[in-house]
Amino acid sequence: MFAGTHRRIVSIWFPRLASDRALRACPVDGPFALAQRLGGAETLFCLNAEAEAAGLHRGMRMADARSFCPGLVSRLARPDLDMRFLAGLRRWAERYCPWVGIEGQDGLVLDITGAAHLWGGEETMCADILVRLTRAGITAQLGRGASLGAAWALAHFGPPSPETPEPDLLALPVAALRLKPNIVTGLQRLGLRCIGDLAASPRAPLARRFGPDLLTRLDQALGNSPEPVTPASEPPQFVTRMTLPEPIGLEGDVMAGLSRLLVPLCARLAAHQAGARQLVLTLRRVDQANQQVELRLAAPMRDPARILPLFTHGLAKVDAGFGIDQLRLEATQVEPLSPVQLGTPPVASPDRLADLLTRLGRRIGLENIHRFLPAKSHIPERSFLIAPAAFSPAQGGFHAPRPRPLRLFPPEPITATGPTPPARFRWRAMPLTTARATGPERITPEWWFEDENWRHGLRDYWRVETAEGRRLWLFFTPQNPGWFVQGEFA
Amino acid sequence: MPNVGNHGLSRYAIRMSHADLPFFPLRPGRVHEVCGPSAPVFAACAAAGLQRPVLWLREAWLTETLNPLGLLSFLDPTWVLLARTPTQTDSLALAEEALKDGSLALVVLEITRLLDLREGRRLQLAAGIGGTTGLCLIPEGMGSNAAETRWRATPIFDAAGTDSTPMRWEIIKNKSGTLGAWNVCWNAQAHRLDLVSPAGE
Repeated sequence: MFAGTHRRIVSIWFPRLASDRALRACPVDGPFALAQRLGGAETLFCLNAEAEAAGLHRGMRMADARSFCPGLVSRLARPDLDMRFLAGLRRWAERYCPWVGIEGQDGLVLDITGAAHLWGGEETMCADILVRLTRAGITAQLGRGASLGAAWALAHFGPPSPETPEPDLLALPVAALRLKPNIVTGLQRLGLRCIGDLAASPRAPLARRFGPDLLTRLDQALGNSPEPVTPASEPPQFVTRMTLPEPIGLEGDVMAGLSRLLVPLCARLAAHQAGARQLVLTLRRVDQANQQVELRLAAPMRDPARILPLFTHGLAKVDAGFGIDQLRLEATQVEPLSPVQLGTPPVASPDRLADLLTRLGRRIGLENIHRFLPAKSHIPERSFLIAPAAFSPAQGGFHAPRPRPLRLFPPEPITATGPTPPARFRWRAMPLTTARATGPERITPEWWFEDENWRHGLRDYWRVETAEGRRLWLFFTPQNPGWFVQGEFA
Repeated sequence: MPNVGNHGLSRYAIRMSHADLPFFPLRPGRVHEVCGPSAPVFAACAAAGLQRPVLWLREAWLTETLNPLGLLSFLDPTWVLLARTPTQTDSLALAEEALKDGSLALVVLEITRLLDLREGRRLQLAAGIGGTTGLCLIPEGMGSNAAETRWRATPIFDAAGTDSTPMRWEIIKNKSGTLGAWNVCWNAQAHRLDLVSPAGE
């Protein structure tokens, strides 16, 4: 009878991921450490084997480490680069099986069920993984088991390379169950040191004392409770590249290369029902200087014959230097573009305006497209609201108690004295003569709002029609005498 | 403005209807330009009565704001959409996209640097595709050769009336007609433009 396939999981732990990454980029002989700034003091974040041999450990203060080991070479930790490196390793690990997930900050987990025989068995596969990682300068420890928990435990607490037969999971310490440190300490105080002790003890008191998490972890490690491997989804990459055996320099040659790059790129865009909105062509010269040509399209497009001529203008400005030996074309901005029926007239849909706003918002951000909403206030700046159009429906109900200016600006001071509008004044370097003044209209500040602009107190607003034509909105602040221009009427 | 002066033009006012002003409303499907201190008023007049959405593009660093309570006498402020763009290049890209789409009635674009012929022509083509009117508010002397018409709008002092908005509108460039100048006044009650005696020189 068929008993089902047994799940097989491989867990890879990179104990020195961060320092291995830094050392791959720039190798150092001797002790090396990455430092991290924590609360004003630099502490060791990750160190290589030589530094550990010299007696240093993680979390140590940088000053102490230097006194222990004067020859220590250190650099600053970059957790963001570490995560990118780990994501790269994850993509690399897909060569072994299609089901690879990231585990924590420094591990990978591979579901090799049904994939190991392609590599000649699990042992050969694990050996191959280890050899390739070691050759790349990355320290790794592998664990292999019937569940994710077991594989993780063996990777972290088992022998450095997987053995056959597998070591007994029950002999490993309780910390191998991915528990919180306080639970581990608690268990050790009870005398439960290894997983076997835990599995043999009654469950109910454990759950009462340590919560359900402990038993869940135990069941996951022993394979009694399922735990899936979540493969990270890879977004589609719209990039094509062409490396040339001999450098090229003529514009026609670059265009010919570009036309070859465009065909597979557009085919991939078509497969994803997408169109490129922005394309970047990177031309690598033989002297390693990159030249970039950017093309922004007014509408999403995926027709190579239409895109190619649009590049001519940008390519004409490229300096080929001693020649170009690599072309890389990337669609940096991609928008959905579904296939359209030919020959039918476009149908006007009611939400065309919303679609337009979406497209405009993609360029400047939807929060930068506004509409006016009414507000109940006599303060000119607060008598209306400006709200993002995409998130607030239109509202009517605007009401102007008296004629209001068409344009408002931050108050601009003018030199004048007295409570009546000045007969002559200068505004924006223009000499103006008051021909008629209407007012005043007194507006008092809203004392329940803290408003920096209203710290001058009351305002007496005047509509001033100048002989020169401009119709301005002036105000006088009687409590703190001064004249300002705040708006211009139609 | 000195050439208009303070001569009480309302005394001679012959109220004429909207239709007597040639080239206004602006020809749809084209991009027009307006300069002068009353350029925003011109834009508001152009947007009035359309009863369709209007997009007003301006760069984020400009501190002036449009006041919806001031717009009330021209059009319902709910029709107005404002976009704040980081640079003029973004403004132009957005204007092109919005003109091409055709779901707006008018796109108003505040220009801060001189457009070259390519940019002006691209706007013109986009307006043609979408059938949308474009209006660029330009600083004096920053016109683009691709514009269909260019206007200068300046306010003038009205000695007789109060609360009226007399302006002088001049066509200073016209691709499909002659130049001219008119004294106009926005009638806030009737929501229409009144022509106030042809401004003869």
